[in-house]
Order: sequence, then C-alpha cells, then structure tokens
Amino acid sequence: MSTPTQEVAEPASKIDLAEAGGSGGEIPSFDITLKVRRYDPERAEDAWWDEWTLTMYGTDRVLDALHKVKWEIDGSLTFRRSCAHGICGSDAMRINGRNRLACKALLKDLDTSKTITVEAIKGLPIEKDLIVDMEPFFQSYREIMPFLVNNSPEPTAERHQSPEDRERFDDTTKCILCAACTSSCPVFWTDGQYFGPAAIVNAHRFIFDSRDDAGDMRLEVLNDREGVWRCRTTFNCSDACPRGIEVTKAIQEVKTAILTRSL
Amino acid sequence: MQVHKYDVLIVGAGGAGMRAAIESGQRAHTAVLTKLYPTRSHTGAAQGGMCAALANVEEDNWEWHTFDTVKGGDYLVDQDAAEVMAKEAIDAVLDLEKMGLPFNRTPEGKIDQRRFGGHTRDHGKAAVRRACYAADRTGHMILQTLYQNCVKHNVEFFNEYYVLDLLTVDEEVTAEDGTTYTQKKTAGVVSYDLANGEIHVFQAKSVVFASGGLGKIFKTTSNAHTLTGDGMAIAYRRGIPLEDMEFVQFHPTGLAGLGILLSEAARGEGGILRNSEGERFMERYAPTIKDLAPRDIVARSMANEVREGRGCGPNKDYVLLDLTHLEPEHIDAKLPDITEFARTYLGVEPYTEPVPVFPTCHYAMGGIPTNVEAEVLQDNDTVVPGLYAAGEVACVSVHGSNRLGTNSLLDINVFGKRAGIAAAEYANSAEFVELPENPAAYTEQLLNVVRDGQGGERVATLRAELQETMDANMQVFRSEQTIKEALAKIEELRQRYQNVQIQDKGKRFNLDLLEAVELGFLLDMAEVMTVAALHRQESRGGHYREDFPDRDDDNFMLHSMLFNDPEAETEGTKGIRFETKPVVFTRYEPMERKY
Repeated sequence: MSTPTQEVAEPASKIDLAEAGGSGGEIPSFDITLKVRRYDPERAEDAWWDEWTLTMYGTDRVLDALHKVKWEIDGSLTFRRSCAHGICGSDAMRINGRNRLACKALLKDLDTSKTITVEAIKGLPIEKDLIVDMEPFFQSYREIMPFLVNNSPEPTAERHQSPEDRERFDDTTKCILCAACTSSCPVFWTDGQYFGPAAIVNAHRFIFDSRDDAGDMRLEVLNDREGVWRCRTTFNCSDACPRGIEVTKAIQEVKTAILTRSL
Repeated sequence: MQVHKYDVLIVGAGGAGMRAAIESGQRAHTAVLTKLYPTRSHTGAAQGGMCAALANVEEDNWEWHTFDTVKGGDYLVDQDAAEVMAKEAIDAVLDLEKMGLPFNRTPEGKIDQRRFGGHTRDHGKAAVRRACYAADRTGHMILQTLYQNCVKHNVEFFNEYYVLDLLTVDEEVTAEDGTTYTQKKTAGVVSYDLANGEIHVFQAKSVVFASGGLGKIFKTTSNAHTLTGDGMAIAYRRGIPLEDMEFVQFHPTGLAGLGILLSEAARGEGGILRNSEGERFMERYAPTIKDLAPRDIVARSMANEVREGRGCGPNKDYVLLDLTHLEPEHIDAKLPDITEFARTYLGVEPYTEPVPVFPTCHYAMGGIPTNVEAEVLQDNDTVVPGLYAAGEVACVSVHGSNRLGTNSLLDINVFGKRAGIAAAEYANSAEFVELPENPAAYTEQLLNVVRDGQGGERVATLRAELQETMDANMQVFRSEQTIKEALAKIEELRQRYQNVQIQDKGKRFNLDLLEAVELGFLLDMAEVMTVAALHRQESRGGHYREDFPDRDDDNFMLHSMLFNDPEAETEGTKGIRFETKPVVFTRYEPMERKY
C-alpha cells in the first residue's frame, strides 16, 4: 500500500488517445426469455412459473429485465431492489440456479439463447415472488456480536492500528449482508439453525480486528454445534459472494482460531 | 389500524437516522421506521471519504474547512452552521473510529487522509489532505458501523415500514407583541407496513426526519430507486416549507449512460478528466486546483466540453476519466470498488483505458429547513416543537448552493447526532400531543385513491416522462425556456397522475402501490424544484442559468422558502407560496469564486 505522502506524478496536459476512447457504439439489442418463479398466497396456494419474452440491451442487467416486466407488463411481480449497482444487497436471487445480485448480473453475460430462470434465494421462507423473510438471517448476524468491543479506556484521539493490522480483516469488511452466501449453502438449506457463512464472515471481521477484545466470546458462540463446524467447505458461498469475499477462507480462519486460542 | 407510542421516532435508517438512533436510543424510548432494511440505505453507496481537519498527514484546521465549505457553497451557506459542522467533524470521525469503523491508516497507525474536491489549505492556496476514508467504500463502512452500533444498543427497528404522513396539530399562539400566529406541534407519523398492508399510527413526542434525498426525479442519477423525496414531500404537504430546492448537485463522474457513481476520490488520488482531444480540459476552467475544483464547476465544464464538440465516443456525449498513469497497485488499494464498476458495467479496464463519464444527479442541497440544533422551522425562525430533520432531507444550510465532496457523510454524522440528542432531550421534558381525530384518514385516502384508480395511466410511464424532462431541462444548464418546458410537463404529469392505475391490488408486499405513492412525492418535489429554479434569476453553485450567467448578490443572496399554500401563486404556478430567508454571515464576506 502506498504511503499518504507519496506524490502522484503530474499528468500530461494533453495526450494522444488510442482511439475514440472507452467503449461505446451502438448498444446491441437482443430478445430474452425470462422465467420467474411466482408465489403469492393471496392469489394461489402453490407457487407457479411465469414466462415473458423481452427485448433487452447489451448494458441491461437481470434487474432491468425484472423492471421491464413490472413496469410494462405485470405490476404484481415483486422483488426488492434499491441501489441497483451491487452495494445495498437488496436483490440477491437465484439466477439460472446460481445466487447473484440481479443488479450485477449482466444479461449479455448469461446464455441468452436459453431461458433465463429467476427464483427466490433458498433456505429462507418465501413471502411473495422473489421476496424472502430476512429475519432469520439477521438474527444469526446479531448473535455473533457484530460490533467492536474494546474494554480499555477511550483515548482522546483515535485508537491506533497499523496498516498491516487493518489489512488483516479488510476482505470481510466488504460484506453487504445480501445473504447470497448463506442461502447458497447446502448445510443452511437442510438446517436453518446453522449460523451460515454471512454471520461467520461478520464475526471474522471483528475477531481479526486488532482493536477488538471480544474475539474469544465470538469464537465460543461459533464453536457451538450450529457454528463453524457445520461448514462442509463446498465453496458455494465464495462463488456466490457478489463482493468477491473469500468466504470459505474466512470460515477456515475462524475454525483455526478456535483450535489455536484457548477458550 | 394499530397505534404505537414512543418518545422518539426516527424516520429513515441511513447514516443520519442511525446516528440519531444511537444517541436517542440511550436516552429515551426510541423506534426507527425505515422503508428498507437499514443496511440497504443509500449512505452505503457513498465512496470517497469524510472530511475533518484532523491534520494527521499535513497542517490543517477546522477554520479552513469552514471557509472551503462556505466558498464551495457559493456563499449561500449559513456560516454558523458550517462552523459547527467543521468544528464537530473531528469528533464525528473519532466517534466512528471508536465505534469500530475500519479507516485506512497512516504508517504510524493514525487515520489516513486524502485530497478531495474544493478542500484546500489556507483559504484556497492548494489542495489539502482532509478526507478520512476506508478505501472507496467509506459510506458502506459508515452505514455498517452505525448499524452494528444500533445492534449493540438494541435500537428498535420497524423494517419496511413506509412513513406516509406526518401528524401535527395547529395551535393559535399569541406572541409577545400581541400578534397571533399558528404554531405547529408534532404528534406522530402514519406508516404502512409493506409486509401486510396494515396502517400503523405512531404517536411520539419527537419525530426525526432522516429519510434522504430525491434523486429519482432525474433519469441519470447515482441515487437508489428508493430515493423519491418522501420525507420532504410529506413535510411539505403538511405545511412545512422547503428551502433552496432549486439546488441539485450533479456529480461529475457518473458512468456514462448509467449514472453510477465513480468517486471524486479517483481524482483525489490523481485521476484526471480528458476530452476527445486528449486535453486535460480542467486546466482551462480551474487553473489552480484543476480536476479537484468543486463538483458544480467540474460538472459544468464537462457538459461544456461536450456541448462544444469535444465529447468522446460515437455520439460525442461524454468525457473520459483517465487513471492509466496510476500504478495498478495504487488503484487496487485506494479505488477497488469503482474500478470494478467500470469493468462490470461498461467493460472498461481502468488500468489501461480511460473510463467514459458524464454528470449524474447526486444530491439535493435543499430540504426541510432546520436550525443548527436540527429543529425544523415552520417559517424563517419559528421552531416546530418536537420535529427534527438531519441529513440530505434537511437544509441547515451547510451546503448552500453546492455541497463539497465528503461533506454529506459529515453532515449526517454531525447533525444526525445533534438531532438524536435534541429529540430525546425534548421528549424527556415534554408531554405527548394528542393525536388528531382519525389520524390515519389522510393516508387511507391516499392509498385508496391509488389502489382503486381506473384511469389507465401507468406509473412507470409517467415517471419516465418526468425523468426525461428533468434531464433535458433542469440539469447543469438551465434557462427560463427550459425550466418552463419542464414545469409545463410536470403540470401535465400531475394531471395525468390523477388517472394512475396499478395492477397489484393485494395486501402483501405491494410495491406496485408504493411506487405509485412515491411518484406522487416525486411530482410534488419536481414542481417545487422547478418553480424555485424559475424564480432564481442568477447563477450560483449548482444552479446555472444561461440567461443569467452571473451571481447576483444584490437580489439573490437569500435562501428560497417554498410553502404549500392553496391560496397562493408563484411564477404562474398555483398552490405555492414563495418567501425568502436571509443567509447567516459570520466571518466571510462573499468573494468571486475562483479556483
């Protein structure tokens, strides 16, 4: 990492641009078939599938296709979304059998010659269409004490932390609590009591923070029968994470910490 | 209908709301009502940093920060408020660090700081390193840290509860001079539970609005789909004025065509803007600090380059953000998220290719008027007891006509904290105001009209037409002609909105219904914004009038105050009353704004 005093060389006033610069040109359009698993207990007891053929563009994401349906065809299609660029974590869903954020999955990167299927994430109770009850997910998160605990007297200025110590837990600070990891985990599907990868990631974020004093308490929580030992290292969670967090590695580090720290 | 009772209600769970909740929750019986899950709030999308004169890496002091904020806002800033913010910035950053925020660090282990647009050393001499940051996800870390601390303090949340009305009671009061006036008092709010469609009335001694901005008025925006001006519109409909609504910030570097934000930190770390001729064009517009000029100036300069034919791409409609001279390791360490956005959404590799960018609607400088205690004002100086606002929904006014980068994350922390403390202290000394009769009647009517509408107009169509006209006519260049065009369109859309028809008639998670209600908020706010823009016949900060290209301190060094008033008419628009409020000056005389 560069130091704060490093100067960036003054860039040239004028350069030759290789080409017109950047991407661009006519944005290609194409047709897709979108198939969504619907569920609404006010309308029917069982879930059903709806299918639409839509004309979409090269820059469109799965979220744009869902919006096209909701805004132009069927206003009852229901899903959560907010920021639409992969930061808020609202729109995790199963897209072609894989957990993704709808706002980060570009249609052109999917095989548009085949039907694109979208379902709610698995392992959490479905409320309506693509909306699940997130409460069990946040309950697990709250149980691992997801906040800094520091028992020493507060300094007047900031607590110090070396760049290396800060780097130690950087990866797990990226979590946006979208539940893509937890709801991709086969252990979580069969055992809803399992804390799941996201809770462990958030425990990791504090266990390896040099300022924190409650690591042992969190490790004790995760040493529970529904804790880290349920992890079967299938790497589904790492593949599912839209933030590129090495989830399985973080879980392994927590396991190692339980074994090496005396509880 | 269910009725709940709390000392303090906080509306919104972004940075300002949760910062308020942490304070209020420890002092009084508090609940937070949020239409999203708290961690979905748009504070999480803020990237570059939060300024405070910690002087960790070079000489700095809060007075310079105050000056930069005042000058950055083109002197429409209330200087007492700016001073409070710059002074309390230091503790605001330290508070967050102690709550656990993982700031980037200096080699000595202190909070690292970097440069940001408009933040300077010694009143404009050179750029200063003032922004405290966590890579390019500072807002994400603030949102997470505040939520974590809400969990720690057992703050009570009502998630996915849409607040749709503010309950106030009017009281005739006789002033000392014998004149009478109508005093508003806070009674509570009415909210809609998304999960089952039930209406909940919340009675409260204090209500804090912290519900964010209204970026979805525009088509090209960095804002979330959910930023539809709800808090401002609800207050406005209940007779609270809105201040300085003509001032909207267009962030210079949105991903071209998409509007997704690329932080100013990219330029703080050395990135530069180029036109189709490869020129670093900001040298012409801001010779001293160039690419790190305030956002209004950079955005206008970019739009001007495009207008004069030096735009890039097949349609010559954007410019380029060039990071190619930076080391890839430096980019990875300091700007990982935004470079990933460029790769994901435009397929551009920022190590080797410049990134297409164009201004994107980013921030509302205006909002619900408050004093520095975050108390809401019903006119220029009458406080509404028990009513508070903080963050983007509010106008203190620390941003004046143009907000400096990083000052929004600062605003939510400083004034969120102040609002939380003040709301709790007031609640602890006050009695509940009796709820009006049939407190939910207005909300039920609002929902029924939309739910039962048979007129055949689609919400998405009206919203798209609104956004198109706002992008075309109310962006970085405005004139009487374009503003009037926008206003005419808005009036047409308001008529057509009466005929809105939705498809989902159910009670569970009916977002079809809520999107229609939100469109109503957007239309109200668009009208207020355009009327205010039409009235301001000068150019200042984010409001640039081609027909009045100069700042006019003689006539317009005043805050705009717009009231919902069926009897009144402003600029040919019925139902709006226009007043002004003086700007607060302490140390700084207005000067020409050069960088």
